[in-house]
Amino acid sequence: MKTYHEMFTDLKEKKEAALMPFIVIGDPDFETSLEIAKTLIKNGADALEIGFPFSDPIADGATIQEADTRALKNGITVDKCFKFLIRLRKFTSAPIGLLVYYNLIYQRGVKKFYEDAMKAGVNSILIADLPPEEAEEALKASQEYGIDQIFIIAPTTSNKRLKMISKHASGFHYLVSVMGVTGARKEVKRSTLTFIKRVKENGKLPVMVGFGISKPSHIKEIIRAGADGAIVGSAIIDIIAKNLDNREKILEEIAKFTKRMKKATRRL
Amino acid sequence: MIKDGKFGKYGGIFVPELLIPALEELESAFLKYKDHSGFNKELNYYLQEFAGRPTPLYFASNLSKKLGCKIYLKREDLLHTGAHKINNTLGQGLLAKYMGKRRLIAETGAGQHGIATAAVGAMLKMPVDVYMGTEDIERQKLNVFRMEISGARVIPVDTGSKTLKDAINQAMRDWISNIKDTHYLIGSTVGPHPYPTMVKHFQSIIGEETKQQILEKEGKLPDAIMACVGGGSNSIGIFSAFIEDNVELIGVEGGGTGLSTDEHGATLCRGTNGILHGSLSRVLQDKDGQIKEAHSVSAGLDYPGVGPEHSHLKEIGRAQYVAITDPEALRGFQLLSKYEGIMPALESAHAIAYMEKYAKKPENKGKTIIVNLSGRGDKDMFLAAKLLGVET
Repeated sequence: MKTYHEMFTDLKEKKEAALMPFIVIGDPDFETSLEIAKTLIKNGADALEIGFPFSDPIADGATIQEADTRALKNGITVDKCFKFLIRLRKFTSAPIGLLVYYNLIYQRGVKKFYEDAMKAGVNSILIADLPPEEAEEALKASQEYGIDQIFIIAPTTSNKRLKMISKHASGFHYLVSVMGVTGARKEVKRSTLTFIKRVKENGKLPVMVGFGISKPSHIKEIIRAGADGAIVGSAIIDIIAKNLDNREKILEEIAKFTKRMKKATRRL
Repeated sequence: MIKDGKFGKYGGIFVPELLIPALEELESAFLKYKDHSGFNKELNYYLQEFAGRPTPLYFASNLSKKLGCKIYLKREDLLHTGAHKINNTLGQGLLAKYMGKRRLIAETGAGQHGIATAAVGAMLKMPVDVYMGTEDIERQKLNVFRMEISGARVIPVDTGSKTLKDAINQAMRDWISNIKDTHYLIGSTVGPHPYPTMVKHFQSIIGEETKQQILEKEGKLPDAIMACVGGGSNSIGIFSAFIEDNVELIGVEGGGTGLSTDEHGATLCRGTNGILHGSLSRVLQDKDGQIKEAHSVSAGLDYPGVGPEHSHLKEIGRAQYVAITDPEALRGFQLLSKYEGIMPALESAHAIAYMEKYAKKPENKGKTIIVNLSGRGDKDMFLAAKLLGVET
């Protein structure tokens, strides 16, 4: 199992940035989502961000909400999510990060959740609705079980706050490129590029940019601004949503898309 | 944040990082203006002249005679737009104006909070967007019309259960995307800090008035105070002035088809600790932590969460929480209409129904009871008629 540090070091040598696609477990169904995860890895993903579906995902736009709804309708439980991760870990040594809403962790018991994550070979956990102010218990568990705690940094996060977040965060800094919820967007704003520079100067970890990254040109732009990688979610889930009745096509399209996006991470 | 917004272990700020600066800004504005004389002067002016405060504490003589108790009703139902909601919308609307915000957004279930926000938006000349589940829009078409005629835009929410909880999710997403110019006007004592504290502050006028009025009329404090609890704003409003006193505080939840069924909104009676909409409180959820849908005949009690302070008051035993089923609430609706000529909102009818049960217990004979009549029943007439088998 590779650490994020090892992944970023390897990529640096190859003059590449990291591509970290995001999917929701159980979307469109358990087995297909596992095949999608494997397809992503086979076609160039350097790491995976895996979402546990939640009934009330307030940080997510329509695309990911619908993915969560599909997964929950398919009967996905937290236990099944861990089974998914164990099977995925057998297939790949790439870093795996979780995206979870706090209530799912709270109900399982914070310690137990992190212990199960460690046993499943998870590298990191990002809790969408848990700012550092409320994260004492999660941070304790993350240290105990050797799991990186990822925190989001937003354009409105002040430098003072960024330093506070830096103190607690490990793995990488997750930059939200725009003020808003997740979802594909047409372009990368100029303000995002200056924001990336600000975090590179004031933070301490590699910088991954997410929210709205949906085209190879987006990846090129953020890398040029200094980002160490991109997280791509809604664009992949859009492919799933458009081809719900055709599993083969989902896998084919995702393979093509991943190759194109990975190519854009190569620094010229 | 200056404060952690905790009531015992409940409350807090469980929100995405993007919202933190907005909550910090709101907290500091609230702390600055809550005791600001200019702000309060203006707020009091609107509370009196626009909303119709103070509301009477009415002695319900017929019911008192029938039940053998002294029963008083705090008449929040007489306020402009028909319920206590306006106390909070005026407070937050004005605060948003002082903060330089140019747009208000709100969630609504049945439409009462949406209507109050639309009215305040029209009065303060601020555009209003109201998020409302498509299920609720279907059930409350007249209220949609009422919001729109005051200039508000009603945005349908077609995700999840398509009701209040999803309307809150969608309003939060809007706020995340527009925090610079927009204030999210939450309608109850729910949400992340500072909302539970701020909404309580703006609703505490109910309790302050009630205390003064009962002392004038009876020369002593009441034995018990009852109020319905959905998110918990009218109840915390009236409880707030009596928390340190020797007065029984009873919150009445929507019992739906009964607490032994899955169809209810009794978050405090049946819920467990969890995180929803930014705070730790009691929540209706499955064992994984997925939020369940709530059910109640009254849309205002149809919410799977509850204000964190109520969870705290329950935990320390300071307040007691009970549930009234849909049929019992309908009986309360009829009882107050028939004996006092006052038709309560179906929400408030839950408190009336429990008051009858309480008054009938031998040990409570002769007690002085105050019921917070949080809203009027005009909005529920069609539904009540239908449930009673009357064609309209």
